[in-house]
Amino acid sequence: MSVIYLLISISIVVALVFLYIFIRAVKSGQFDDDYTPSVRILFDDELKKDQNKSEKQN
Amino acid sequence: MNNTNCFHCGNDIVKVDEIVFDERIFCCNGCKTVYEIFSLNDLTCYYDFENAPGATPQDIKGKYDFLENEDIVSKLLEFDEDSIRIVSLYIPHVHCSSCIWILENLHKLQNGITTSQVNFHSKKVRVTYNPIETNLKEIVLLLSSIGYEPYISLENYDAKKEAVDRSLYYKIGVAFFCFGNIMLLSFPEYFEVGEFWIEQYKGFFRWLIFALSLPAFFYSAWGYYVSAWKSIKSRMLNIDIPIALGIVVMFVRSTVDIAFNYGQGFFDSMCGLIFFMLLGKLFQQKTYNFLSFERDYKSYFPIAVTKIHSDGTEEAIQVYDVEKGDRLLIRNQELIPVDGILMSESTRIDYSFVTGEAEPIEKKSGDKIFAGGKQLGKVIEMEVLHSVSQSYLTQLWSNDVFQKKVDQKYKTITDSLSRYFTPALLILAFVSFGYWIFIDTSMAFNVFTAILIVACPCALALTAPFTLGNVLRIIGYKKLYLKNATVIEQLAKVDTIVFDKTGTITSNKKSAIEFFGTPISETELILVKNILRGSNHPLSRRLYEFLPQTGIKKVEHFEEITGKGISGTIDGKTVKVGSAEFVGKEKDNQIKQTSVHISIDNNYLGNYVFDNQYRKGLEKLFFNLSKTHDVKVLSGDNEGEREVLERLLPKTTELVFNQKPEQKLAFIENLQRQGKNVLMIGDGLNDAGALAQSNVGISITENVNVFSPACDGILDASQFPKISYFLNFSKNAMRTIMMSFGLSLLYNVVGLSFAITGNLSPIVAAIIMPLSTVTIISFVTVISNLFSKKD
Repeated sequence: MSVIYLLISISIVVALVFLYIFIRAVKSGQFDDDYTPSVRILFDDELKKDQNKSEKQN
Repeated sequence: MNNTNCFHCGNDIVKVDEIVFDERIFCCNGCKTVYEIFSLNDLTCYYDFENAPGATPQDIKGKYDFLENEDIVSKLLEFDEDSIRIVSLYIPHVHCSSCIWILENLHKLQNGITTSQVNFHSKKVRVTYNPIETNLKEIVLLLSSIGYEPYISLENYDAKKEAVDRSLYYKIGVAFFCFGNIMLLSFPEYFEVGEFWIEQYKGFFRWLIFALSLPAFFYSAWGYYVSAWKSIKSRMLNIDIPIALGIVVMFVRSTVDIAFNYGQGFFDSMCGLIFFMLLGKLFQQKTYNFLSFERDYKSYFPIAVTKIHSDGTEEAIQVYDVEKGDRLLIRNQELIPVDGILMSESTRIDYSFVTGEAEPIEKKSGDKIFAGGKQLGKVIEMEVLHSVSQSYLTQLWSNDVFQKKVDQKYKTITDSLSRYFTPALLILAFVSFGYWIFIDTSMAFNVFTAILIVACPCALALTAPFTLGNVLRIIGYKKLYLKNATVIEQLAKVDTIVFDKTGTITSNKKSAIEFFGTPISETELILVKNILRGSNHPLSRRLYEFLPQTGIKKVEHFEEITGKGISGTIDGKTVKVGSAEFVGKEKDNQIKQTSVHISIDNNYLGNYVFDNQYRKGLEKLFFNLSKTHDVKVLSGDNEGEREVLERLLPKTTELVFNQKPEQKLAFIENLQRQGKNVLMIGDGLNDAGALAQSNVGISITENVNVFSPACDGILDASQFPKISYFLNFSKNAMRTIMMSFGLSLLYNVVGLSFAITGNLSPIVAAIIMPLSTVTIISFVTVISNLFSKKD
């Protein structure tokens, strides 16, 4: 029956890991600007497409 | 693609100036150059994300020479080591995804820049560069050449590098962690039906829950204890006292409960409460970090000026180093940093920052010029009369009003309510305790704690932040940006509204000129424009700037008759520009508007009517406002416009003219002494004192990001007619708060009736508390959204 101790402690540890990740994320400044990254992530694709285009033209 | 707009900046193109390049059309050489830079560097993607995202680069020759001065540069740098330097630049033009893209690709345009990162909301770009390969001046010039001129002012100079305060996020994270886990671990006992299995592990679960609640209790909720303690010390009962009391009592009671095996306690409710209240705080705190409400003269002043030494050499020096008797060089579009005497022949100075008056003022050699004016025209020299700290503008700023800390100026509605709430709660708790102690001692303690727990005014405390936070967001969307939520409460109380005249109820836009008459041809236009060139009359200057650019032609027999008009001959044609009689038209008394009449070869063509430039919707707004409020107009100008204003505005409007900045401030103070709640609406720096003194100061601006004096709110000029709507809405917001106060009191009454009768079990507390929180939040959100739709 003592498996319950094991299970609960595992679940708490998992929760602690998430808390730790959250605090790390806040510390890194991830929540300071919530707009730019969402735009930035779209840029790479556009750029590649454009390069392909110019290569084809060449 | 739109054919009549510039490919780069999207402005309308004047046919004469149109430039066609690479099958695209541009409005000016500057825009074309930017396009050229981008296309050379394979960066035309810029135009893919957004249509015409650019800005026309301004002429900035010599403006940034001060960046060669290492002392100044080092003050601006965020990080400085041998091969790495980091600088954050504020760029007002950042407005769309194209901007982010081009600014993050700066390294493709200039060697030595390693990375650049944009923060969209604060409109800042953080550039990392190698000082050996490039320097700050080159970077700034590059940014300016592609239309992203950074705004460097004295404010940057001694700005402390503030560490970002993220503790609220940590607290919320920790509280949520505790709340979530405790909730799950508490569940088994809620549904306990005397099962052997749950009975067996009760102790383990309970003590684990206790351990998990500690971080939330000690760390996340700490701010409430501090604030409650402070308010007790300063004898001002605020809402944090019952909250802190509730949390502490809940914690102690629950600990006692599990220690003596009375029950499982209220740890889940406690953590949930802490979590929701912190969330409310965050909601209230999340305001517009891209707007600066605490502007003082520093955000207007340049960081460096060009000093001319006696031997004629020029040097960029820091503004604070300017001394009396120095000779300074001021270029076109530069701000005059100190009071002084003009040494050059003549110039025009735009004092619109200071007075709101858009019309530049002509100054001759030997005239006194004041700090805050913007120089228009050729390079001038001036001699300094006062150092920066002594100049007129800075002195206005050191007025006492600005020293006052605004934080404790007002009591919020929640605080004034809790003044009654806290004592009532304590009395109720003690009375019930006194009643029960004669019946059952242990029950008496139970009831006492239960009352304090259930009455913990979480819903009450959440109402205001959520309602006001939501209202703040809604009116922010409608382009009135308020400094914080308390301003809404103040706005609802306003009974007197004072408008500044120039720049506030008048518009700064120059486009308010219309032509009436026979359609004027292009050749005739050239004639008119050329004849206007010679005149210095304010109306001529304005009309000259309004008309499109044309070629220059020689004017013969030019004559300017004061008070009448100008005439001259071009290409053998006699052109007359001026009053109706002067050009030979019978005067009609119907229109009282300012207008300039045109005739060519005694052939009357028509007239240009200068709109008196009052903002659109002014009459209706004043009519609406005067029904409910006292409306007054303050003006720094003379009485010239009194007649027009009296005709335009309701009879009850008080008009006061010839007011100096100090007088405006005193005027507001005087009203307040009569017990009025004053809303001041102004724009220029001359209103800054009045804006700070008034209960609510709102500054109107055409460009929200750059120029507005310190105030409680910034209103986009296009939203001017909506002022009465905003006032109504804030009143309704307060109504919403009162309604939900009623709702949360209802919850408290229900909860208290359980508590007083000694029936508060954890399950009842666990249901009532989150339920009240959730209903309150959804109630205020829905209601305030409904009110926002009402005009």
